[in-house]
Amino acid sequence: MSQLPPDLRYTKTHEWLRTLPDGRVEIGITDHAQQSLGDLVFVEVPEPGKSLKEGDACGVVESVKAASDVYAPIECTVTEGNSQLTSAPEAVNNDPYGAGWLMRVRPASATAVDGLMSAADYDKFVQSEST
Amino acid sequence: MAFIPHTPEDVEAMLATIGVADIERLFEEIPASLRIRSLEGIPSQLSEMEIGRLMSERARTDGRPLCFIGAGAYEHHIPSAVWALATRGEFYSSYTPYQAEASQGTLQLIYEFQTMMASLTGLEVSNASLYDGASAVAEASLMAVRAHRKSQSRRILVLGTVHPHYREVAAAVAGNQDLQFEAVAYSSAHGTVSPQTLASYEGQDITAIVIQQPNFFGRLEDVDALTDWAHARSILVIAVVNPISLALLKPPGEWGAKGADIAVGEGQPLGVPLSSGGPYLGFMTTRMELVRQMPGRIVGRTLDLAGQPGFTLTLQAREQHIRRAKATSNICTNQGLLMTAATIYMSLMGSEGLERVASSCLARTRELVSALTRIEGVRAAFEGPYFHECVLSLDRPVAAVLEALAKRGVQGGLDLSGYYPGLGPALLVCATETKTSADIDAYANALTSILRSAPGATAERQGAAAGA
Repeated sequence: MSQLPPDLRYTKTHEWLRTLPDGRVEIGITDHAQQSLGDLVFVEVPEPGKSLKEGDACGVVESVKAASDVYAPIECTVTEGNSQLTSAPEAVNNDPYGAGWLMRVRPASATAVDGLMSAADYDKFVQSEST
Repeated sequence: MAFIPHTPEDVEAMLATIGVADIERLFEEIPASLRIRSLEGIPSQLSEMEIGRLMSERARTDGRPLCFIGAGAYEHHIPSAVWALATRGEFYSSYTPYQAEASQGTLQLIYEFQTMMASLTGLEVSNASLYDGASAVAEASLMAVRAHRKSQSRRILVLGTVHPHYREVAAAVAGNQDLQFEAVAYSSAHGTVSPQTLASYEGQDITAIVIQQPNFFGRLEDVDALTDWAHARSILVIAVVNPISLALLKPPGEWGAKGADIAVGEGQPLGVPLSSGGPYLGFMTTRMELVRQMPGRIVGRTLDLAGQPGFTLTLQAREQHIRRAKATSNICTNQGLLMTAATIYMSLMGSEGLERVASSCLARTRELVSALTRIEGVRAAFEGPYFHECVLSLDRPVAAVLEALAKRGVQGGLDLSGYYPGLGPALLVCATETKTSADIDAYANALTSILRSAPGATAERQGAAAGA
């Protein structure tokens, strides 16, 4: 069973979003996503200052068997990419909701995150995908 | 021998197993408008005997001219061992390692090729080869755009002295992916790009610059100054190099303070015959930090479970069989057989052998240029050093002169008027180690009598040709 922190929002492309106290949003990939990919060997995160529209490919997570895009779940501007992942991509496997965060962004709209799936909805979505 | 080994019974059994009525059904997803029903203009089959005869007849019409044409494809001596070994079944039929880990011999050969190319270009990592030099420039440009994440422009500066075909291919391949290629003007006195010319690009967002050394004219660019200029502005440097020349010239990895970021080129001079223009092989090397953006296959050396050394394909997650449309390239290959020949050629020559070939090319070309420029109506177009090619200016249109030379069994070089009309009647000549002093004399004598037998051009005619 994969973990699903209840305070986060989730997407169909398996990203999670956490609203930070300063209004920025932290984005990573879910425990389910990292398990499907296997051991990550390389993570590419976007440059600060990059403007993203919803659905833009903005990063890559690469394991020994696959390389997958990470998509921007909301319209936003990147303020920070997790540069620790360059030398330690395994953080995404070990701590997907903590040290394995990929990027921090300033959302274009403060309410953009509210429309995304709750932990319960994402759990149902993952179940339906696997059947 | 039938190319498809299945009998009709085999095919039927396979179709029955997957529950499909006929083979055509498997291609249904290709829209009818994209299907070609017949191959117009392709004649029906000939027997092996008929084909053999036809090809020998065609080959005879080419004759055995003395070739002084270079311009990207070079006639070098190829030791017999190269193709005797490359066409052995172990190499020839195991063309590409589909079952990679069971093809240790092929993988080791690719690994040796990569090691030699990395060492020759002075960079850290090489791929297993690409189609040819031209497509390697396109791939390097696309790679630079992926790798340079701070540059948004997708603009690539290409020195005007880079091979015109390479520039065309790069624009054809990468132009559809929104890359813009801009030619940087060269000095018509020197046939090189002066670093001062780049001042007009100051302050602009440029992703990469493509520098060829020796350039298309055979001349040597100031690669150190050009590379340092680019790096000071966070522009990636793509070097296009002739592998033979690297035995004498500074490798791209040592250009300027930091070295070029990507080196590419045509591997044909390494043991591959001219063969009417192909197949050839491209190569690409780069710094370790850019390896994940490098297209193509890479073979790595590793240890197996028992701790024994072995070879494996590495970084495959970026290749098209896994990443489909998002792959680092969808049109690249490992040019297996040509790469095999190149690897054997380099092993046979060694660094000393390559250096001798390069020195001999340089000496022969100097001899050729000095013999030809002694003829009235012929002069060197540019001042300054060159490697094994040189541009000559003639006092009359080049095409007719080349035609007359061909009648005397001499392929006298490449007429540049179509590529560089601004140069006037200009001829690019090349002499490799395959040309003897007698060959050079034969060329000079033929040219002397051709230029003497018809009157030289007047100044007006020269002006008209230059303006055309």
